[in-house]
Amino acid sequence: MPAEFGGVGRCIEPARIGLFGSVAWPPLAAKRSVEQRMSDFFQFLVSGLTVGSVYALVALGFTLIYNASDVVNFAQGEFVMLGGMVTVFASAAGVPLPLAALIAICIAVVVGLLLYWLAIEPARGASAVTVIIITIGASILLRGIAQIVFDKQFHKLPAFTGDAPVDLFGAAIQPQSFWVLGGTAVIVTLLYAFLELTLLGKAVLATAANRLAAHLVGINTRTVMALAFGGSAAIGAVAGVLITPITLTSYDVGTLLALKGFAAAMLGGMGNPLGAVAGGILIGLLESFGAGYISSTYKDAFAFIVILVVLVALPQGLFGRRAVERV
Amino acid sequence: MPPWFGHRYVTLALLAVTIGLLPLFFPSTYYFRVASLVWVSAFAAIGLNILMGQAGQVSLGHAGFFGVGAYAVAIGPTHLGIPVWAAVLAGAVISAGLAHLVGRPILRLKGHYLAIATLGLGVLVALVITTESRWTGGPDGMSVARLTLFGWRASGSSTWYWISGGLLVLGAWIALNLSETPTGRAFRALHDSEVAARVVGIDVSRFKLQAFVIASVYASIAGSMLALMNGFINPDQAGFLHSVELVTMVVLGGLGSVVGSIVGAAVLVTLPQLLTVFQEYEHLLLGLIIILSMIFMRDGIVPTISKPLARRSRA
Amino acid sequence: MTILEVTGIGISFGGIKAVDDVSFSVSPGQILSIIGPNGAGKTTLFNVVSGVYEAQQGSVVLSGEDVTGYAPDRLAALGLSRTFQNLQIFQRMTSVENVMVGRHLRENCNLFADLFRLRSVTRQNRATREAALVLLDDVGLRDSADEIAGSLSYGACKRLEIARALAAEPRILLLDEPAAGCNAVETEEIDGLIREVAGKGIAVVLVEHDMKLVMKISDRILVLDRGKTLVEGTPSEVRNNPAVLEAYLGKRGAREAARA
Repeated sequence: MPAEFGGVGRCIEPARIGLFGSVAWPPLAAKRSVEQRMSDFFQFLVSGLTVGSVYALVALGFTLIYNASDVVNFAQGEFVMLGGMVTVFASAAGVPLPLAALIAICIAVVVGLLLYWLAIEPARGASAVTVIIITIGASILLRGIAQIVFDKQFHKLPAFTGDAPVDLFGAAIQPQSFWVLGGTAVIVTLLYAFLELTLLGKAVLATAANRLAAHLVGINTRTVMALAFGGSAAIGAVAGVLITPITLTSYDVGTLLALKGFAAAMLGGMGNPLGAVAGGILIGLLESFGAGYISSTYKDAFAFIVILVVLVALPQGLFGRRAVERV
Repeated sequence: MPPWFGHRYVTLALLAVTIGLLPLFFPSTYYFRVASLVWVSAFAAIGLNILMGQAGQVSLGHAGFFGVGAYAVAIGPTHLGIPVWAAVLAGAVISAGLAHLVGRPILRLKGHYLAIATLGLGVLVALVITTESRWTGGPDGMSVARLTLFGWRASGSSTWYWISGGLLVLGAWIALNLSETPTGRAFRALHDSEVAARVVGIDVSRFKLQAFVIASVYASIAGSMLALMNGFINPDQAGFLHSVELVTMVVLGGLGSVVGSIVGAAVLVTLPQLLTVFQEYEHLLLGLIIILSMIFMRDGIVPTISKPLARRSRA
Repeated sequence: MTILEVTGIGISFGGIKAVDDVSFSVSPGQILSIIGPNGAGKTTLFNVVSGVYEAQQGSVVLSGEDVTGYAPDRLAALGLSRTFQNLQIFQRMTSVENVMVGRHLRENCNLFADLFRLRSVTRQNRATREAALVLLDDVGLRDSADEIAGSLSYGACKRLEIARALAAEPRILLLDEPAAGCNAVETEEIDGLIREVAGKGIAVVLVEHDMKLVMKISDRILVLDRGKTLVEGTPSEVRNNPAVLEAYLGKRGAREAARA
């Protein structure tokens, strides 16, 4: 089972501080006072929003690529992994943190472009399932390379503005959480501005709406698709840099992230960027509150239960549109 | 090529002969173990092939059923005291039941939605197995009692070679049978055009479900065999990576081809064994194989080889 | 004694009413043609009647039974067969297998027997194959019986679909542009085939653009325009109807029809 994204259930290893490690886990049976319940609630709320932001960014990356090329990119989680791991190793080699992060993002973008040019582009015309399998293969390949180039340990980054927890209604919030939430908001806003307000962004939207038509009006769809992969990789890498101080990183954090990010994208309606962000936040909150109030050992299961329920009951997601098959 | 070449009895005979004669080339018992692993994986792959190759559905969570069968023979005798053969049966029944229950709503989906739904299912099964450590031994796995039938204890790599080989022939026979029957034609029809299949009177959801259940039973029995063979089982056998490996075997070998599934299993099982020196490179290699074969040999090994042969014979 | 009674069918897609209050009926052995310009809603109407789409208004009654909203496989069991305008043959199966699948409802389908391919299954396979070969012969495709359907020409595929539709021994046959892509000789053969089918007492409803064929073989014609019924009547009534001439046939089409 791939290492999960920090967390409570298997928190036996000392290195796995995770998102909830600094909080004494409230046993459900014990009596809690109103203030304690309130502080629990806000603890869960902020953790949920924080981890949800990462899912949101992964889902956003998925959506960008899916919109431009109809590809469901399983290697999305690996971009997040690269963001974290490269930054860790670069700064360990003496590079100052901001520069290390920048290097990580650039490397992720290069990997994203290579993924498109070497694995996706040559398989043009293949069925949807074949392409999913290719991206799964790419994710496994990247993981294989990572375990050789880096190592199999967990790694941490120092929090950007220190570790001193901030008090919010009695809950102890790590300042890094605010960096994650803020960073996500900035990325979403920038992406929105890019897509709606720039010509290149419009070209991306046009390619998403109808690739052939976009091609016919002179848009270089291949450039657009490469851009989508590169952009997705950058977004993923930034998410990785932001979250590593809280949840650590290792060579195989990518898989579970990709799966949950995909659940988020599905929840919001495959192809809907704002839906993807909403979906990510929702799944993060679901996980956090579910782990806190229902069962912490099955924390990871919530996202997958969500996937199954959404697919069965609402295949178009919360905000998507029903498609009609033409015969 | 003579007209009887593709006939199923010829295929089965060749398979049986291969299984029978292969041990003559084995320098040590280690090879029996590897070959048994190939037979077991091929058995699971053949089942998955019925679902993916014939009925045209996709399952990225198939290892979940494999895990159910494996843990059934672990938990049954150890915690519940039931005989091993009954545990194998129970595992198959539970897999079939799970497939039936979850299959109905899931199989309405298509393409990547179906892929993700099955993926979610597989991950959930693996999660439950990993978490319920009181029963399953958790992430470290648990040991499995040996198979005893009428007092005879099945152990030793060569014993398992023959058991798994025999079961493979049986599994291949059933899969080959199915192809030219109303059920098999219904599978292939709904694969090519669901709407046309409907219009001709085929209850598409019923047949998709049948394929799914059949495939799940194959996987469960394969899982049971592996657990009994190794005397040990861990949750990785039910995990996402194993599901991906199973799908790769089927697609690499050639969707729809029973022989292809066996070839695909052989490639994916033996390659890492050949490179035990490069243990670390396992992921890298698997990923590379998947990508390259999907790009350059989209139809799979067996169809890619047999198509030009067929063309040449007709010329 | 009508076998199919379609009343007031209405269906919209995202605000556009594709079919608006269309009604018609067919009796056994009768040939009804549905004509109209592209986008008139002919195939959509077919899709509603054959259960592929669900009607939002109206009803479909088959042999006295209200089958509105029934799924296509249920309708097939009740004797309704159809072909598709944009071809839905089973590309990777052989021609004879395509037609054999058409006989699915006439076969005994038992999973256990099939898994072990018992002798009963082998016997049934042979019988089904024989029946399928006869049908292939009827549509002139006997020689391509064991060829992969995907490699056949467009016209041949059209005929294959008809053979497959007939394999179920239907009581009513819906043909969506059976003569599209066919030359004059092939169209003649389709003409003969349709008459033969109707002669056996099967009701035939076809959507066609080939005016000569339509005027020649139809007992009745239904003209659609933009989802609504323009006129319904015998070929001569339709041919001389000014509204139809104006809206659809146009000057050229009218000349062609007059020559038929």
